Amino acid sequence: MTAMLTVKDLRAYYGQVQALHGLTFELAEGSMTTLLGANGAGKTTTLRSICNMVRSTGAIEFEGRSLLGRSTENIVRLGIAHVPQGRGTFTTLTVEENLQLGAISRRDMKAITSDIERMYAHFPVLKQRHTQQAGTLSGGEQQMLAVARALMLRPRLMLLDEPSFGLAPLIVRDLFRILGKINREDKVSILVVEQNAELALEIADKAYVIETGRIVMSGPASDIANDEAVRKSYLGY
Amino acid sequence: MELFVNQILAGIATGAIYACMALAIVMIFQAIDHLNFAQGEMAMFSTFMAWQMIQWGVPYWGAFILTLIISFAGGVIIERVLFKPLAKAPVLTNVAGFIALFAIINSVAGLIWDFTIKQFPTPFGSSPFLGSQLISTHQVGMIGVTLGLLVALFLFFRYTRIGLAMRAAAAMPESARLVGINTGWMVALGWGMAAAIGAIAGILIAPVVFLEPNMMGGVLLYGFAAAVLGGLSSPFGAVLGGFLVGIFENLVGTYVPGVGNELKLPIALALIVTVLVVKPTGLMGHTVVKRV
Repeated sequence: MTAMLTVKDLRAYYGQVQALHGLTFELAEGSMTTLLGANGAGKTTTLRSICNMVRSTGAIEFEGRSLLGRSTENIVRLGIAHVPQGRGTFTTLTVEENLQLGAISRRDMKAITSDIERMYAHFPVLKQRHTQQAGTLSGGEQQMLAVARALMLRPRLMLLDEPSFGLAPLIVRDLFRILGKINREDKVSILVVEQNAELALEIADKAYVIETGRIVMSGPASDIANDEAVRKSYLGY
Repeated sequence: MELFVNQILAGIATGAIYACMALAIVMIFQAIDHLNFAQGEMAMFSTFMAWQMIQWGVPYWGAFILTLIISFAGGVIIERVLFKPLAKAPVLTNVAGFIALFAIINSVAGLIWDFTIKQFPTPFGSSPFLGSQLISTHQVGMIGVTLGLLVALFLFFRYTRIGLAMRAAAAMPESARLVGINTGWMVALGWGMAAAIGAIAGILIAPVVFLEPNMMGGVLLYGFAAAVLGGLSSPFGAVLGGFLVGIFENLVGTYVPGVGNELKLPIALALIVTVLVVKPTGLMGHTVVKRV
């Protein structure tokens, strides 16, 4: 498998504080890769670096194109959809307007309309609430909306920042089942950051463990899930 | 009774202008979180351009449209040149920028067209409307053009993709970038539209207050009062505030002894202070809650 995203020696800074200390990893086309680690390890920063939302050095290549130095909106237009922490929902706009915004960089109006219908098929609850203000949805519904909005871009790669955050366990299961389906059927590669390592390892095919801004472990998700020492020392379960 | 109705109608007519100014102020406030103190001067300059074109023989509506286009471009250029570099600067730096812009436009207008007052034509005439002494045709024209503008803006923001993108960029800039919206250009577009709306206000009020470089001072003050009354975060509130302030101004000027024409302006200030003390979010604004 060829690498779709390669990150080499990535260093990121918040003002004077360095958050990433030379991160190197790659993501194969079609894969679902997970970045694991404790709070403050640098998982979110890694995703933000990919979308140029934090000052970074090193090399980030997506399908042969360098991303560093590109503006966030141009990176998104290459086909990278980022669902940030807090979901990035436009809370004052309606559910349908949120979906429209997901496709705002596309020009194929007819396909957009049919994609919205497709999202309603994926997530029936969104159809019920399509005229409602997005801020009035429950946490789980908002997460569904965030994923649907990201898919409206017809992305090649989706970056998900802690999709399970604040959701009830049953809803989390449901969400991850849908993510797996999107990954397999719509051929969207996924890079997912999670604190819920057990669940992420279940559906991902490859995993990297980050600690204080460095990769300390990598391998097929099943190997890492079965390695008790790694689980106990880094993943806490 | 007739005096009362007359004052209400006149209030709605000038209120339409305040509504336009308030709308322009709110559009820029939504985009960059600052009050554009130079909004009135920009409108005044636009009005002078329209006047100049009419002097050169351009028909009224031709001059009107051309002025809107030039004002739009001017608004975009001002944002790109002056305020884009200040985007991350502290509040006071921005305020200084606005005041500089105010002074520059005011002086340049005086330099080009001098400070003597000029007549500005109206295409609506100023005869009594439908034979009624209550309201003149120009006042009806002011109200009509403003309402047309409001409907057009509503349709633009509600039903076009670019309008949706502008709303998204104003509400949540970071999320907007993450769906591929160039938020910088959305801000510039907001400036352009605010400049054009201000130009409409200036052209419509010029036949009433006469054309001169300081013509918009009072109007802008009422525009601020309207925006604050309606709530700075709500375009609808700004429009409603504009009409209310127009009516309020006329009624107080007529019925409260000792106010008259001279003391009308402090009323706008009193209104601003009162709203900020009693209901800081205005009639239709909402409290902005920030997570820290």
